[in-house]
Amino acid sequence: MQHTGYIMTDNMGTIYLWIVLAPLIGSIIAGLFGKTVGRSGAHWVTIIGVGISCILSLIAYKHIMFDGGEIYNATVYTWLVSGELRLEAGFLVDKLSVTMMVVVTFVSWMIHIYTIGYMHDDPGYQRFFSYMSLFTFSMLMLVMSNNFLQLFFGWEAVGLVSYLLIGFWYKRESAIFASLKAFLVNRVGDFGFLLGVAAVFMCFNTLDYSEVFRQAPGLAETTVTIFNGHEWSLMTVICICLFIGAMGKSAQFPLHVWLPDSMEGPTPISALIHAATMVTAGIFMVARMSPLYELSETALNFVLIIGAITAFFMGLLGLVQNDIKRVVAYSTLSQLGYMTVALGASAYAAAIFHLVTHAFFKALLFLAAGSVIIAMHHEQDMRKMGGLYKYMPITWFTCLIGALALIGFPGFSGFFSKDAIIEAVHASTLPAAGVAYYAVLTGVFITALYSFRLFFMTFHGKERMDRHTWEHLHETPAVVTVPLVVLAIPSLMIGAWFIGPMLFEGYFGDAIVVASQHGVLAGMGQNYHGVVSFTLHAFQQPPVYLAFAGIVVAWFLYIKFPALPEKFANIFKPVHQFLLWKYGLDDLNQFVFAGGTRNIGRLLWQIGDVKIIDGVLVDGSALAVRWFSGVVRQVQTGYLYHYAFSMIIGLLLLLAIFVHKLI
Amino acid sequence: MLTELPILSLLIWAPILGGIWVLYAGDRQEETVKYLALGISTITFVLSVFLFIDFDTSSYEMQFVELAPWIKPFSINYHLGVDGIAVPLIILTTFMTVLVVLAAWEVIEKRLSQYMAAFLILEGLMNGVFAALDAILFYVFWEAMLVPMFLIIGVWGGPRRVYATIKFFLYTFLGSVFMLVAFLYLYSQAESFNIIDLQHLQLGATAQKLIFIAFLLAFAVKIPMWPVHTWLPDAHVEAPTGGSVILAAILLKMGGYGFLRFSLPIVPDASLYFANFMIVLSLVAIVYIGFVALVQQDMKKLIAYSSISHMGFVTLGLFIGFSIYVATNSTGGGIMALEGAMMQMISHGFISGALFLCVGVMYDRVHSREIKDYGGVVNTMPHFAAFMMLFAMANSGLPGTSGFVGEFLVILSSYQSSFWIAFLAATILILGAAYTLWLYKRVIFGDVANDNVAELKDINSRETLILALLAVAVLLFGLWPAPLFEIMHPTLAHLFEHVLQSKVAGL
Repeated sequence: MQHTGYIMTDNMGTIYLWIVLAPLIGSIIAGLFGKTVGRSGAHWVTIIGVGISCILSLIAYKHIMFDGGEIYNATVYTWLVSGELRLEAGFLVDKLSVTMMVVVTFVSWMIHIYTIGYMHDDPGYQRFFSYMSLFTFSMLMLVMSNNFLQLFFGWEAVGLVSYLLIGFWYKRESAIFASLKAFLVNRVGDFGFLLGVAAVFMCFNTLDYSEVFRQAPGLAETTVTIFNGHEWSLMTVICICLFIGAMGKSAQFPLHVWLPDSMEGPTPISALIHAATMVTAGIFMVARMSPLYELSETALNFVLIIGAITAFFMGLLGLVQNDIKRVVAYSTLSQLGYMTVALGASAYAAAIFHLVTHAFFKALLFLAAGSVIIAMHHEQDMRKMGGLYKYMPITWFTCLIGALALIGFPGFSGFFSKDAIIEAVHASTLPAAGVAYYAVLTGVFITALYSFRLFFMTFHGKERMDRHTWEHLHETPAVVTVPLVVLAIPSLMIGAWFIGPMLFEGYFGDAIVVASQHGVLAGMGQNYHGVVSFTLHAFQQPPVYLAFAGIVVAWFLYIKFPALPEKFANIFKPVHQFLLWKYGLDDLNQFVFAGGTRNIGRLLWQIGDVKIIDGVLVDGSALAVRWFSGVVRQVQTGYLYHYAFSMIIGLLLLLAIFVHKLI
Repeated sequence: MLTELPILSLLIWAPILGGIWVLYAGDRQEETVKYLALGISTITFVLSVFLFIDFDTSSYEMQFVELAPWIKPFSINYHLGVDGIAVPLIILTTFMTVLVVLAAWEVIEKRLSQYMAAFLILEGLMNGVFAALDAILFYVFWEAMLVPMFLIIGVWGGPRRVYATIKFFLYTFLGSVFMLVAFLYLYSQAESFNIIDLQHLQLGATAQKLIFIAFLLAFAVKIPMWPVHTWLPDAHVEAPTGGSVILAAILLKMGGYGFLRFSLPIVPDASLYFANFMIVLSLVAIVYIGFVALVQQDMKKLIAYSSISHMGFVTLGLFIGFSIYVATNSTGGGIMALEGAMMQMISHGFISGALFLCVGVMYDRVHSREIKDYGGVVNTMPHFAAFMMLFAMANSGLPGTSGFVGEFLVILSSYQSSFWIAFLAATILILGAAYTLWLYKRVIFGDVANDNVAELKDINSRETLILALLAVAVLLFGLWPAPLFEIMHPTLAHLFEHVLQSKVAGL
C-alpha cells in the first residue's frame, strides 16, 4: 500500500515537471526556431504545449482535490550550496497551487487560441506566441514554487514577459514608454519584496516555505530595530516588505500607475497577463504567506487600507475613460483592490475565490473588447462605437455575461465572490475594516456604472463609427468567438458551483492558515445554507441594490439622455478634470521621481565626478604628468610604453637596492 | 595524468610565447595571424578547463603548485598555485580572450598582428597575476599587464586616447607603487615573499593599518571604488572594443582578487578596522554611481559607470562579513557574502564583456557611441536586439541570469548586518534596471531613427557565435551556479575563518 503511494507520488512528480516544461519547450521552439516552424508551426507548438500543461493540471487537480492525493513538496534541483545553506528549485503542489495551476493554464490556453485570430496579420506572430508560452511557464514556476527563491524567480520572470509584451509593438513610442514604466514600477515593488525575502532569510535561515511556516509562530513576538529606538514586530516588517512587492505586481495604489498604460500591449496580453493571471500573483503570494500575515495585525490593517483605496479610487477613474480597454483596465485595478481587501480581512479563501472568478470574467471582457476592436479596425474609442449588438451578437451576448459577472449580478460568478468579500470585511474586527467596508460597498455602484457605461456605449445607442468601418462591420471569426463562449460558461457558473466548497468547506486544507480571532469566513460559514439561500439573503443587503442602481443610472445617462454626461462633466468640471488627470499621480511620477532622479544623476555627475573628483584629482594628475613628461623628455623616445618599461625596470632596480640593504 | 603537466606555467607562457609568434608572423599574412591567434587562445582555454576538471573541490589548499627558485638572494621564487578563488578567474580570462580574438576578426584594420599579440600576451600576464604565489612575481605580472593594456588603448583607441591612457596609467601605476612598498615591508618582517607565509605573518595594529592603506590604494583604483573611479569611463570610451571587454571583464577583477588574496588574509585586523569605511564607499558606489550612469549620453560611459556600481557589490560583499559575524555569531553569512562577491565578479565579467561587445557591434557599423545617434535598431537588427535584451536584463539582475546570483547573496547576507545596508544595496534593483533598460529603449526600440540605422545589417555568424557563447554562460550560471560554488566554497570558508583570527592578539 505504502509502496503504491510512493510510486504515485513519483509519477505525480513527473507530471508536475511536464506541466512546467511543456510551455517552456513550446516557447523555445517558437522563439528560437520561429522561421523554421513558420507561423502555423509556432502557434501549434505553443498551443499543444500549453494544452498539455492544462490537461495535466486538471489531472493534478483531480488527484489532489478528489482522489485525496498527497500534497507534493519536493526539490527539482539544487541551485547552489554554500555550507549549511542549500538553495533549491522545487515544487509545492497543494490545494492552493493546484487551483492556480488550473486557472492559469486554462485561461492561457484559451487566449493562445484566440491569439491566432487577433494577431493574424502581425509580423511578430511567432515571437508573440513564444512570449505567451514563456509567460505561462514563468507563472507556473511562481505558483508551484516551494521556496522564496523560486517565487522571486517566477515573480521577476513574469515581469520580464510583461515588459516584453507591453512593448511588443516596439515602434510605438507610447508602447515602449509603457513597458519601461511597467518594469520600473514593478522593480520598486520588487525592491520591497527582496528586502522581505532577506528578512525571512535572516530570521529563519532558510528560504523553504514549509520550514519558515513551521518556525513562524515561535517568532511572532520577535522584534527588530529599523530606526534607532523603535522596536518593530519582525512579522510586520516581513509582511509589509513582501506586500510592497504585491503592490507592484498586483497594481495596488500607489504602485498601480503602470497597469492602465500596459494596455498599449496587444489585447490578448491585456487579458492573460494584465487581468487574469500575472496581476493576481500578489494576491496569490499573500494568500500563500497567510501563516505569516496572520501573525501581524498591523500588516493586515495596512493591506486593508491599500486595498480599499485601490478598490474605490481606481473604480472612479474608470468612469471617465473613453478607451474601451482602459475602462476594463481600471476595472481590473478596482477588482484587485477587492481581492486585497479580502486578504486584509483574513478572508484569503474569498480573495482566491474572487481571483478565480475574476480571471474568467475579466479575460472574457478583455477578449470581448478585443473582438470589438478587431471589428472596429483597431479603433478603441467608445465615442466612435455604438449599436454594435446588431452586427456582433456573440460578442454582445458574451460581453453582457462578463459585465453582469463583474458587477455582481445575482447568480453570476462575480456576485458570489464579491458578496463574500463585502460580508467578510463587514464581519472583520480590524480597525481598518470599517473604512474598507464603505469603500467596497460604494465600489459596487461605481463598478456597475462604468461597466454598463461601457456596455451601452459600445453595443447600444447611436452608431457613431465612420462609414468605412460601418460598411465592414461583422462578427469576428470562430477562433475569436469560441474562446469567448468557452470563457462565458465559467463566468456564469463557477461562482455558484464553488462558493460552498471554496469558502466554507475547507477547500484549501492546510494551504491557508487563519487565526481563530480573524475567522470571518468561518463565522459566515455557520450561517451558510447553500447557494439559493445565499442569493436570497443577498436581497436583504445593500450591494445588490447598488449594482441595480448602477445599471439603471448607466442606462439613464447613456441610452435615455445621452447628452447628460457631457453636461455633468461641465458642471463638475474640476472633479472631471481631476479624474481625467488620474489624481495627478502620473505627473507626480514623471516629474518628481523620474525627473528628480535624472536631476540627481546630472548633479552628481557634473558636480561630483567632473568638477570635484576630476577637477581636483586631475588637476593634481596634470601637474604630475607635467613633471613626469619633464623627466622623461630627457630620454625622449616618443613611445609611452618605453616610459612604462623604464619605470618598471627602475622600480625593480629600486627594489633590488632596497632588499639588498635589508639583507 | 594532466596534473603532472605544469599546467599553470602553460597557461601563462603558452599565450605569451604564442603572442610573440603571432607578432613574428606579421601583418602580411592576415589570415594566418587570425587563425593562429584563435588557435592559441582556444588551446589556452581548453587547458584552463582541465584546471576546472582536475581541481579538488574538497580542499582549500593551493593546487597545481609549481615552485622554482628565481632570485635566490632575496628568496624570490617562481611560485605558482591556484585555489577556489583563482580557478574561476583564470577560466574567465581564457574564455574572454577567445571571444576578444574572435571579435577582432574583420574589425581591426591596422596592425592586426600586434593587436592579437597584445591580447595574447595580456592573457598570459593576467593568468600569471591569478596564479602567482610569490608577491614579487605577482607584482611583476601586475605591472607588466599594464603595458599591453595601454598599448591597446593608445594604439587602437579613439581620438582622446592619449589623455585616457595617461589617466589610466597614472591612476593604476601610482596606486600599485604603494603595494610594492607594502610587499617590501612585509618581506622585511617575514623574510619571505611567499603569499601563504605572509598570510600567516603576525603583525601589529599600526603596521596592519598602513599596509591596508597601501593595498587599498592599489586595489581600490583597479576595481575601481568611488572616488578613484573616474579613469575608468575615460579609458573605456577611448579603448577599442576588445580593450573594453578585457578591461571590464578581467582587469577590474584584479582589484577584488587583491582584496581577497592580500588585504583580508594578510591584515585582517586592519580589514576589520576599515570595514565600515569600505562598506560606506561601496554603498556610495552603488547608489551614487547608479544615479550618474542614468544620465550618460555615451553608451560606453554608461556601461562603464554601471560596472563601477556593480563592483560596489563586490567590495560590499568582501567587507560586510565582520559585522555579520558580530550580529549572528556564525560564519555562514560572512562566507555567503564572500561567495556573492566572487560570483558578482565572474558574472560581471560575462555581462559587461557582452555589453561592450554589443556596443562594439553597433560602433563598427555606425561609428558612434552616442545614444542619440541610434533608435529603432531592432527593426534592422532583430537578432542582435534579442541578444542585447538578454544582456541588458542580466545587467539589471534578473533572476535566471548570472547577474542576479551575486547581488542576491550580497543583499541577503548584508541584511543580517543591517537593514539599511541591504536597503541601500537593493536600490540597484531599481537604478540598475532604470539605466540599463532606458538605454535599451532609446537605442534598440522605437521606429528607425535615421539613415544609419536604416542601413544596419544584422549580426553575422561570427558575431552571433560570440554573443551566443556569452548568452550560454550568463544563463548557465544564472540557472545553475552550483558548480562554481562547489569550487569556491572551501577556499572562501577557510579564508573567512582565517580572517576572523586576530593577528594582533597572537603577538
